[in-house]
Amino acid sequence: MSTRLAKGGRFLDRSRKIRFTFDGVAMSAYPGDTLASALIANDHLLVGRSFKYHRPRGVVASGAEEPNALVGLGRGPRFEPNQRATTTELFDGLTAESQNRWPSLEQDVGAVNAALARFLPAGFYYKTFLWPRAFWKHLYEPFIRRAAGLGKAPHPESRDSDSYEHFHAHVDVLVVGGGVAGLLAAKVAAESGAQVLLIEQTAHWGGRAPVDGGTIDGTTPEAWIETTLEELDALPNLRRVARCMGAAVQDHGYVLGYERLTDHAPGTIGPRHRLWRIRAKQIVAATGAIERPLSFAGNDVPGVMLASAMRDYVVNYGVTPGQKVVLVTNNDDGYRTALVLHDAGVEVVRVLDARPMGGGKLMERVRELGIRVDPGRAIAKVSGGKRVRTVHSCLADGMGNVLEDIPCDAVAMAGGWSPVVHLWSHCGGRLRWDEAGAFFRPDVSRAPTGADGLPMVVPAGSANGELTLRNALDDAVKAGKNAALKVGCEVGEIVAPRGETEPEAALMPLWIVPAKATPDLRMKAFLDYQNDVKVSDLQLAAREGYESVEHAKRYTTLGMATDQGKLSNINGLAVLSDALSEAIPQVGTTTFRPPYTPISFGAITGEARGELFQPLRRTPMDAWHDANGAVWEPVGQWRRPYCYRRPGETTEMAVNREILATRRSLGLLDASTLGKIVVKGPDAGKFLDMLYTNMMSTLPIGKCRYGLMCSENGFLIDDGVVVRLAEDTWLCHTTTGGAERIHAHMEDWLQCEWVDWRVYTANVTEQYAQVAVVGPEARRLLEKLGGMDVSKEALPFMTFAEGTLGGFPARVYRISFSGELSFEVGVPAHLGRAFWGKLLELGAEWDVTPYGTEALHVMRAEKGFIMIGDETDGTVIPQDLNLGWAISKKKDDFLGKRAQERVHMADPKRWKLVGLETPDGGVLPSGALALAPGRNANGQRNTQGRVTSSYFSPTLGRGIAMALVLDGPRRMGEELTFTTDDYDAADEAKTTLKATIVDPVFYDPEGARNDA
Amino acid sequence: MPESMLEPVSPLMGAISEGALTVRDAGPTGMIALRGDLSDPAFTGPVEALAGVPVPGVWQASGSDTRALLWMSPDELLLLMPYGEPRSAAPRLQAELDGQGVFALVQDVSDMRVRLKIEGSQMREALARLTPADVSPAAFRAGSLRRTRIAQAAAAIYVLSEERAEVFCFRSVADYAFRLLSGAARNAPDFEYF
Repeated sequence: MSTRLAKGGRFLDRSRKIRFTFDGVAMSAYPGDTLASALIANDHLLVGRSFKYHRPRGVVASGAEEPNALVGLGRGPRFEPNQRATTTELFDGLTAESQNRWPSLEQDVGAVNAALARFLPAGFYYKTFLWPRAFWKHLYEPFIRRAAGLGKAPHPESRDSDSYEHFHAHVDVLVVGGGVAGLLAAKVAAESGAQVLLIEQTAHWGGRAPVDGGTIDGTTPEAWIETTLEELDALPNLRRVARCMGAAVQDHGYVLGYERLTDHAPGTIGPRHRLWRIRAKQIVAATGAIERPLSFAGNDVPGVMLASAMRDYVVNYGVTPGQKVVLVTNNDDGYRTALVLHDAGVEVVRVLDARPMGGGKLMERVRELGIRVDPGRAIAKVSGGKRVRTVHSCLADGMGNVLEDIPCDAVAMAGGWSPVVHLWSHCGGRLRWDEAGAFFRPDVSRAPTGADGLPMVVPAGSANGELTLRNALDDAVKAGKNAALKVGCEVGEIVAPRGETEPEAALMPLWIVPAKATPDLRMKAFLDYQNDVKVSDLQLAAREGYESVEHAKRYTTLGMATDQGKLSNINGLAVLSDALSEAIPQVGTTTFRPPYTPISFGAITGEARGELFQPLRRTPMDAWHDANGAVWEPVGQWRRPYCYRRPGETTEMAVNREILATRRSLGLLDASTLGKIVVKGPDAGKFLDMLYTNMMSTLPIGKCRYGLMCSENGFLIDDGVVVRLAEDTWLCHTTTGGAERIHAHMEDWLQCEWVDWRVYTANVTEQYAQVAVVGPEARRLLEKLGGMDVSKEALPFMTFAEGTLGGFPARVYRISFSGELSFEVGVPAHLGRAFWGKLLELGAEWDVTPYGTEALHVMRAEKGFIMIGDETDGTVIPQDLNLGWAISKKKDDFLGKRAQERVHMADPKRWKLVGLETPDGGVLPSGALALAPGRNANGQRNTQGRVTSSYFSPTLGRGIAMALVLDGPRRMGEELTFTTDDYDAADEAKTTLKATIVDPVFYDPEGARNDA
Repeated sequence: MPESMLEPVSPLMGAISEGALTVRDAGPTGMIALRGDLSDPAFTGPVEALAGVPVPGVWQASGSDTRALLWMSPDELLLLMPYGEPRSAAPRLQAELDGQGVFALVQDVSDMRVRLKIEGSQMREALARLTPADVSPAAFRAGSLRRTRIAQAAAAIYVLSEERAEVFCFRSVADYAFRLLSGAARNAPDFEYF
């Protein structure tokens, strides 16, 4: 059984107990435990079911690399799935539940998948579910989603009750990893004068050294760590942060650190997670190394554990996963686990050392303790269901014929170590194969480079492949100096502390255990625990032609689970390269991608939630709209009233009322969001002639002109009224959504292309509150305000004047987007709300009616005016919209001119703008397609047009629509058939509508109303 | 109604949020956007004469609470003065520069932005939660200015002292900026980094 030991556990506070529950069962443990060590202490080795076969799984590791022990933590708004028990610090009251099991962890129905394992090989999904297609959606996918999955997503309506934040830090040197190498590198860099930030993913400093033993400068690693921490804390230019994982290294020294502040102490004031967004000049990756499992049959039975993890549990937490342990190893380091177990009073019943001659000094020490060591032996198979029962030993290089049955309840496996090269690799650091250690290590001649093209990451210690204590410390000093030099510090002579450990005999790579294992054994030897990928799957993938490691990965899903193959990567590569008869470095590795381990969505989101989810842009009149029934519509990041609903009104009724009142008498529109860009300079006229399709340089001062703007590809990107303010100054109005985009477009051309043109621009959109005063009584209202002559003679259509209206400094534009007599009035934004109020007050006698964006849309459609984003979609050119009159023939050039001369753009078959009328006055669905005879090459119905805008016109009492139609303007009066939203090719009679092509100007085609 | 009776209303109407970081709407401020050649005395001369303070260096601002010049970009300055003054001062300066044949743009933008004053011992920590700019004391001394962003909104930040700064944002996002800054030190008032 797994149990708490009477002594030991350097992280524990044995003076008090804390309580927690797992699957509803109450248990107790000590402060300092992780959830994993607490479960082991409570003889609860079975922690979950595997992804595909629902095999019983136990804790296999002791840190971030854990693939099996994923649990659901917390309840309600604090529930989180897929949390690693090994990195979950226990607190009083913690609740955890196991995952991927039904109805219970002990009795799981899905385990039937395991019986079918023979029929669920690599690529099984691809092969089985190809046919028939319809089965995928209705049968296979729902089944797979239920059966194959890890944690449940939190309830969609629950809201995370914790808070999160970002923090931007700029440092000279960031050291990732607080093991002895990280501490030393940080100390060296900081003592050289660099600003240093040191982060460590766990709550403890010093890493593995205290567990693995040896001496540093003659003292224990623990004593050295304590002294070093004191020295670090005395340095004002160094800060260290525990519980902060280096999650990602990105371009130009940008690093994400993921700090978990209160996961171990819920209820504490403050953010739960802090996402550190670090800009470092140099990054020291002292991220350590991870032990590899061995690939023998039954290596996933609960009780089989990494040898290093087993000694972590004994030394750090005072727990043991078993009472009778078998150690299987291919290297000397594994013996350290035997020594630790023996020292803690746990019986080591056998050491199976795959090397024919066994190991060196460490093995001798183990033998001296009376522990039997069998060289040249390995594990054929582990028996046991939810718990290790027997190890069946065999020859390490044989086929797996059982030599002996060894009763035991836990197995420690030591397959050698792999440096954690993830952070080195995130931003392009390359790796080289280390033959002696059988691992990939950073190739420092091909480092990830920063903005200056020079290396920005320095690997240190075991992360750099220096696995012995002495070499790791030497390397850390080098790394610290290196980083300090690169950030411009002067570095003195520094002597590395001397690390001493037992000498170790060479490791013997053993990728399949035993080396010639029979197929039935290979089918039970797991490489990737979390995704249930076995040795046999990789071999099958190779036989089926998946030679590229990236293809084999996707085909088998090796390394694609939430642990990203931290344990499986090298073993899987080795099996694949063996099956391909190629050397491991030739096969290469898959890509290491951030984050190192999953980080919370909350941390990524930071403050951007609730009312801070996005900036909400408000006009100066926003509060009035809000208090007067505005139904909001998002337009870019602005919110604009769609309409103003009065009590008892539907949205539709409100829109119709607003339109009729405006056409009958007087309407007001808050047009403040329209873009306003001042363009000034000796070359401003030339510049605008290039930007607009029509001529702006000839516009007289005081006049307005409607203009179109195209991209250099010829497509219409924006429109608006341009005003000539002065000899060298124009004001360009843009669409609401276009203000920032068009301003950037202008600056792009000025700064990158026409650098010698003397033009300045300023986006003054927000300087003005702008109100459209619209309707037959519009002039009377402005006259009542007084202060300016707004008569037809003084201020004719398409002119503007500056002055004061009712005491407000105002710019009045006599323009119309509704077909009515209309003025747009701009006043300083700080006076906008007051001006709006004044207009409402003085306009009361004409039943002044504020209207929203929908009334604006309907009224412009009644007049056949186009709307950017409705009639245009990025593929439409002005000619399609019959706007050829706004395209200057006189100009040599403008943006889009040449593109519009291309064959496809000049094609007479391009769909063109027309109006549509239904026979019964009904409203066509927006986006409806006009059907054409026959079918295309894909068997789809041919089309000859589409509806771009469609509304009910209260003015005309019927539906109106605009559409782009093949040969449209030449087909006036012709009837077309349009799809409805539930169009069905088999029943076109019932699912189509007829409409007749008409002129798009539906209302007042003579323009008499505007001319009032 | 005579113009003198019109009360300019800033979008936040003088709001204040007290806490580890105090955030205060500075109210309407006169602002003139100036674009021109910052190395040309023919441009900087009249600008300095109007401002009463020297043109600041790159990433700097100069002046006092009521009159200041902010470096906004390699060819742009922002002049701060009492609200109302730019309405006549801006056209006057533009006319003067035009008259001298100096290529420049002078624009009254007094209503375009909101000016927020922030103060507190947590000022730098609060800013570092929201802006990618380096706000450490070494990089961002009193008198420094950065055009950057706070969370998702464009912002200019002007440091006045160790515990005081001003943040300028566009008027439309005033409410967003005020909430952001007010919340930035509320959560972890004891977190000291700088």
